[in-house]
Amino acid sequence: MTMLKFTKDHEWIRVEGDTGTVGITDYAQQQLGDVVFVELPEVGRKLETGKEAAVVESVKAASEVYAPVAGEVVAVNDAVAGDPSLINSAAEGDGWFMRIRLANPSELDGLMDRAAYDAYVEGLA
Amino acid sequence: MAESNDGLKTTPLHALHQELGGRMVPFAGYAMPVQYPLGILREHLHTRDKAGLFDVSHMGQLRLRGDDPAGALETLVPGDLRALAEGRIRYTLLTNERAGILDDLMVTRAADHLFVVVNAATKDADIAHLRTGLGDRIEIEHLEDRALLALQGPAAAAVLAGFVPDAAAMAFMSARALEIGGIPALVSRSGYTGEDGYEISVEAARAEDLARMLLARPEVEPIGLGARDSLRLEAGLCLYGHDIDETTTPVEAALTWTISKRRRAEGGYPGDAVVAAQLRDGPGRLRVGIRPDGRAPAREHTEITGADSAKLGEVTSGGFGPTVDGPVAMGYVPASLAAPGTPLTLLVRGKPLPARVATLPFAPHRYHRG
Repeated sequence: MTMLKFTKDHEWIRVEGDTGTVGITDYAQQQLGDVVFVELPEVGRKLETGKEAAVVESVKAASEVYAPVAGEVVAVNDAVAGDPSLINSAAEGDGWFMRIRLANPSELDGLMDRAAYDAYVEGLA
Repeated sequence: MAESNDGLKTTPLHALHQELGGRMVPFAGYAMPVQYPLGILREHLHTRDKAGLFDVSHMGQLRLRGDDPAGALETLVPGDLRALAEGRIRYTLLTNERAGILDDLMVTRAADHLFVVVNAATKDADIAHLRTGLGDRIEIEHLEDRALLALQGPAAAAVLAGFVPDAAAMAFMSARALEIGGIPALVSRSGYTGEDGYEISVEAARAEDLARMLLARPEVEPIGLGARDSLRLEAGLCLYGHDIDETTTPVEAALTWTISKRRRAEGGYPGDAVVAAQLRDGPGRLRVGIRPDGRAPAREHTEITGADSAKLGEVTSGGFGPTVDGPVAMGYVPASLAAPGTPLTLLVRGKPLPARVATLPFAPHRYHRG
């Protein structure tokens, strides 16, 4: 069974077993505009909760992508490195950034579910 | 001008920006559209392909009148204004005693006055500086009741000629009073994108009518400040407060082309001795174009280092060039390392990335030379 969670910094994490796939939300890609470059972490790197995991750049600016929870990077999405526009066209699907092996799955309890995230974004407008 | 509820000033096109879905951001004390729903990338490419309409009403429009305003203004700028014929435009710089740049500006000679356009963030300081420097003999009128629109791109001439045929034959860096669909305007063939196009000064009350008229043409899209910045960067044009400021001289900034032979010989503006010395001996550093080898953009303040990792300078403008389809930047390097092709290292998020000095502009200028 999979679980989908969101952060206030507009990352999502889809958890299956002890690994989670991380990306940015559709709201985040709309705010960024056209993505022209992404910098992904190296496989094997240990990410800390809330610390920089990747960088996403639009024409205008560079933004950091934070690790929703702690864990070790087990895979990165080479497709978005080659075609960063995937983040605009499929932010919550093919535009994922990395897969991490969760260090502490209980951290997920502190994140928002879809309904809570949607309400959070609604409140930002 | 009016104020929006967040304390920012607004331009006469504020309501139109909102109607068009512009994302409004604070810029130099104004609420300005950074982009429209098309997005910066497509806005940029559309301007290079067809035509874009920009609101630049935040910029300062001044009228200088009196006894020989061109001669008077020459005491504050290195540009050759005496040689400027009526109806022609000059790009020049306000300098300080150290030859630092206080602002860059466009000066048009009209029959009985000079029409001057200065940057938004510096306009109040510029006006004070001009009043002090020019004294009572020159009257400075700040035209706060006028808007400024820019129509830029290869289709700009055909679009404007559709309303006023005389616009098509105007030479680059010339200006004339024309009626666009019945709206009186001062039309300049100039811009900040590297493309052919016009900058149009119009009474604030008529600005929205004019903008709607131009936007009704299928070739024209509204373009925000985001694409304005990427377009001017690809065109190798300086942004005041970033690529040029009080710490950079015209020579260091590679703007010596703005100083005529006569003005180099005669001087007569603040910092003339510094400029003369740098022209004679060469400047210590120069503004250059920089192309990172990879895909990672190097933003403003990115450190430029040599092979031995000693700091050489900084990126002053940098980002992604949609027409170039890659990262582009400008910055200052020691003059000995300013030749195109010279390898440099950029420290991007602590990582050294290879780059090379590049010839400016990154995207060729396509001005109408007549």
